[in-house]
Amino acid sequence: MSLHPSPDFGVWVAAALTLCVFSFLYRDNPLYKLAEHLFVGVSAGYYIVLNFWTVLVANLWDPLAAAFDGRHGPPFAVSVGDYRVLLLLPALFGVLLFARVVPRFAWLSRWALALIIGVYAGLKTTGFAQSDFVAQIQGSIQPLWTGHWGTTLSAFVFTAGLLSSLLYFFYSREQKGALGAASRLGAFFLMVSFGAGYGYTVMSRISLLIGRFQFLLHDWLGMPVR
Amino acid sequence: MRLPAFLENLDRRWIFLATGLLVLLPLLWPLNLPLEPSPPVRGYHDAIAALPPGSRVLMSCDYDPAMRPELEPMTRTTLRQLFEKRCKVVVVALYQGGALLVDQIVNDVARQRRQRYGVDYINLGYKAGNEAVLVLMGQSIPGTFPRDQNGADVRSFPIMRDVRNYASFALIVSISGGYPGTREYVQQVQGRFHIPLVAGVTAVTAPTLYPYLQTGQLLGMLGGMAGAAEYEDLRLERGQASHGMDAQSLAHVFIALCILMGNVVQWERRRREAS
Repeated sequence: MSLHPSPDFGVWVAAALTLCVFSFLYRDNPLYKLAEHLFVGVSAGYYIVLNFWTVLVANLWDPLAAAFDGRHGPPFAVSVGDYRVLLLLPALFGVLLFARVVPRFAWLSRWALALIIGVYAGLKTTGFAQSDFVAQIQGSIQPLWTGHWGTTLSAFVFTAGLLSSLLYFFYSREQKGALGAASRLGAFFLMVSFGAGYGYTVMSRISLLIGRFQFLLHDWLGMPVR
Repeated sequence: MRLPAFLENLDRRWIFLATGLLVLLPLLWPLNLPLEPSPPVRGYHDAIAALPPGSRVLMSCDYDPAMRPELEPMTRTTLRQLFEKRCKVVVVALYQGGALLVDQIVNDVARQRRQRYGVDYINLGYKAGNEAVLVLMGQSIPGTFPRDQNGADVRSFPIMRDVRNYASFALIVSISGGYPGTREYVQQVQGRFHIPLVAGVTAVTAPTLYPYLQTGQLLGMLGGMAGAAEYEDLRLERGQASHGMDAQSLAHVFIALCILMGNVVQWERRRREAS
């Protein structure tokens, strides 16, 4: 098995930091702390710069500068379909968010927050009502007998799981007798779904480990993929 | 020492070492364990395969480097299948930290498949706003993304000539690792505009999206590295995900054994306490 280590200095830095993080599995140590602090610092700096260029400049500064440069008529040329000057309004609301740092004017930040919460609550509510509430109820109403044993069994299991899981969250009556039995069945179905969720989470975490090992073996050490 | 007592006092670093070795060794010496594509993966593959050649496809790559091992393989395989079908691919990103990574991956696959930027594919880059961006795209995509990833006017590219809104696309592919991602596409786009939608997602988010598969809101789904590997298998490719699946399988068996052993220890402890 031949090694062809990467000539890229950046790859060596990434490999060294990966090994520093892995060293935590043995015990906490200064190398791990170094990698951890470096990661936090670089990430914070990176996202600040990214936010400046991809949010503030791209969505606010550039369109406003274009609106005021005079090439498309006066800045308030709404009659020709140029509404970019209206961006001053969200800019103002953005500035109001920082009013929290001055206790006397902190109340002003609530206007901006109210706008954000109102818009997103509206968007989420309509989206959820259509796609999760109505569509899921429609999808849950399905024939029990499909003419095929496999899918028929699946439909029965689905219906039993759906009804019993709903009954598990029915708290208006004491859960004993038939309701208790259905509720225990619901708990069983919920446990199965938690187990599936756990299995998928393990898969995700192992995938990250595999990704790091693939990086170390192939990108850093240059081992061929077999 | 009896087994339960031995397990109870086992230093957890032995478990880390065993997991590490079970992941490392199959990467060095693959076992080539068989893969069986599941119905959601077949649905994903078939939805793309059924597109008429030359169809326009919107591909939303919403992830950052932390999700790369799971989502990069499916992004690459999807792009290869789309380019093979001579589809025109418009890429967007709703994750700020991953826009540059996505650009690198898209350009890399396009270069391998000799696709021309602005003609066969385009990357519109990142736009802040989550759900608001999705709703705005329903009104006008060039209005929402006036410039591409490199800052060029999107109207200057032939691929964007007839693009107005979601109606301009035959299919939406959502490759996502969380919020905003596939769930938001189902809620804000599929539910309102009824555009066929397929998704490739991280394993953590996959269980929460299965209800959308059952109702047909998603035509297909790739869940994590296993989904990506099954997709590669369907395409008769052996890529990054297939390469990691032996390690994935062995690690899963080991973790299942650890859970079993943990229960044995717990059962033995309860029995001891009761007596």
